[in-house]
Amino acid sequence: MPILDHLWIIPLLPLLGSAINGLLGGKWPNKVVNSVALGATGLSFAFAVEAVREFLTLPPEKLPFAPQHYFDWIVAGNFRAGFDLQMDQLTVVMLLVVTGVGFLIHIYSTGYMAHESGYYRFFSYLNLFMFFMLVLVLAANYVLLFVGWEGVGLCSYLLIGFYFLKKSASDAGKKAFIVNRIGDFGFMLGMFLLFRTFHTLDFTTLFAAASNPAWGHEVWGQFGTFTIACLLLFMGATGKSAQLPLYVWLPDAMEGPTPVSALIHAATMVTAGVYVVARSHILFVHSETAMVIVAVVGCATAFFAATIGLVQTDIKRVLAYSTVSQLGYMFLACGVGAFSAGIFHLMTHAFFKALLFLAAGSVIHAMGGEQDMRKMGGLSKKIKYTYWTMLIATLAIAGIPPLAGFFSKDAILLSAFQIEGGHPLYAIGLLTALLTSFYMFRLIFLTFHGKQRYDEHHVHVHESPWSMLGPLVALAVLSVIGGWVAAPALWGGPDYFTSFLAPVFASGQGAEAVNEAAAHQLEIILAIVAVASALIGLGVAYGLYIRQPGKPEQIAKSMRPVYNILLNKYYVDELYAAVIIKPLLWISTNVLWKFVDVAGIDGTVNGIASGATSIGDTIRHTQSGNTRSYAVWVVIGAIVVIAVIFFWPAVRPVVGMVR
Amino acid sequence: MVPTSYYLILSAVLFGLGVVAFVFKRNVITIFMSIELMLNAVNLAFVAFSQARHQSDGQVFVLFVIVVAAAEAAVGLGIIILMARNRQSLNVERVDLLKL
Repeated sequence: MPILDHLWIIPLLPLLGSAINGLLGGKWPNKVVNSVALGATGLSFAFAVEAVREFLTLPPEKLPFAPQHYFDWIVAGNFRAGFDLQMDQLTVVMLLVVTGVGFLIHIYSTGYMAHESGYYRFFSYLNLFMFFMLVLVLAANYVLLFVGWEGVGLCSYLLIGFYFLKKSASDAGKKAFIVNRIGDFGFMLGMFLLFRTFHTLDFTTLFAAASNPAWGHEVWGQFGTFTIACLLLFMGATGKSAQLPLYVWLPDAMEGPTPVSALIHAATMVTAGVYVVARSHILFVHSETAMVIVAVVGCATAFFAATIGLVQTDIKRVLAYSTVSQLGYMFLACGVGAFSAGIFHLMTHAFFKALLFLAAGSVIHAMGGEQDMRKMGGLSKKIKYTYWTMLIATLAIAGIPPLAGFFSKDAILLSAFQIEGGHPLYAIGLLTALLTSFYMFRLIFLTFHGKQRYDEHHVHVHESPWSMLGPLVALAVLSVIGGWVAAPALWGGPDYFTSFLAPVFASGQGAEAVNEAAAHQLEIILAIVAVASALIGLGVAYGLYIRQPGKPEQIAKSMRPVYNILLNKYYVDELYAAVIIKPLLWISTNVLWKFVDVAGIDGTVNGIASGATSIGDTIRHTQSGNTRSYAVWVVIGAIVVIAVIFFWPAVRPVVGMVR
Repeated sequence: MVPTSYYLILSAVLFGLGVVAFVFKRNVITIFMSIELMLNAVNLAFVAFSQARHQSDGQVFVLFVIVVAAAEAAVGLGIIILMARNRQSLNVERVDLLKL
């Protein structure tokens, strides 16, 4: 049975696992829950690999592979949304990343969560997340994609608030959900606009229709449908992928268990926005305005988040801001038209950022729950595997060759440099790379090197079990070799990743590599510059945190205002609280609650009740019990009836009097 | 021959007397009798129309009314006797338990 014709199996397995664990797992021992959850994701991964193998061996005449229609989901008028799954090169990358990294993180979770209560609940949510994420990447129309989109948001909410007894965790979950809703609102409006213009939301037909050059100015123009639709979709992407101005939920999302941070808030879900932009690239390339905005927002976010990451002391928060920053890189790549570079960075980032989070989780595990890097130090000897794997991931994210991050980041910076007017973007991107290298090595040095700053009597540092170290090693290998598919480009060979994705992005990339030889020279120079900046970041971090451990404090003191702004994350949360949340609360309290609810709704209900009481009170007196008064009522009634019949001839037929 | 309108006027007068007595009298037997008076006023109207229109429907109705009135008299008198026994009175003002 070829899996390619039954793609639905791949998402269905985790859904089954989720249902089984969620409904029955409460009474089962951890081992049974494990085997259900791991079995579901492992099988799903295996099926995904098999489906990809079948896809890659398809004869050329069958390409592009037609979307599979399983059943009609919504049919209303001329609107039709089916449960359609598709497979193309972009899906291949996403599918393997989601199932592969997801499976590794599931394994890791069995070790990390072993002593937590609600074990089955955790795995039920995690499997449910896998289901929605797979629906998202396999969907062949925007509506189904949106199902996955909302579903992963729900799972993100559930998992951030996993320790729901902790107020900060449940608050963070709500924050993530609400901020995402703002983006989703834009996403939905974008879908509506696309449907109104093109009368379909199926990717194949929609993109074919969008490429039709017959569209008029209202579609093509600077503020035409394409621009508006793309910006609305991008608004959804900024929410899901934590870009300015909707990034605020991601750092708080670190309240969730660490495997969740690795899977959802680093490797997969937060890249959904990048995926949507890449998936919709045909719309985006038709709108220069939208592209510029995507690039600028991505670039600004990359820099902005990196500066905040410089001073954070919570190990997971540094990684969270790093994630925001790296996602900014991906959007920068999309914005300059290098969609394949963006997806490439998405993939390598999934490897090394998942690894960083998992290793951070291993550190936290070793430290007995401590997340403050100021209370760590000197751990490199005690937790060797964690140290080495995390060091590999750090080298990868910093962009040191030949690790994965070097190739993907290099591709993005090169594309930004080559585009017309892209030099400022390139400069900021390069500066961000330097900052990235600095804060990542700061994390390494603070955590693993230098003096030990914790109390050995209270903290018993121990290496994690192999269920946790195994995924670390696997991801470390991927972080090393993940970028090699693009390596030949460096010495003038083909970039296999880009050429693999070329069928998808064929229409998206036009202006790249005009002069082969010159472009190649440029690429080498830019690569050297990028590596140099990464090394500078490393050197500065080494100088500040190893050579002169007292120096950072002095610098912080001498630049107190800047330091405070960074430490307080530019006061963005406070700004949002003052500008949006406070007025909303005021309106809710004083208008909606005290006026509309109390006076309006309660007033109406209570008014009707008391009105009925008072009317009853009044006419109660007619029931006197006095027989003669009843007799009078009968007489009055008879007189009224006769009078009506007499003075109002029209009722006579009604009461049966026919002339 | 006496015109039909005469019968009807007499019937209306009798019915009006019945109504007035029904409303204003307190003695339950008088009220009972006023009901009989009203019934018979209606009977008079029925037979008057029956004669005027040469149709027998009205007379049939009268027979029905007489039968029902007889049955009602049996039940009504039973109630009155019970009331007289329990209250030692025939005044309807004293019977006012039928209220909220």
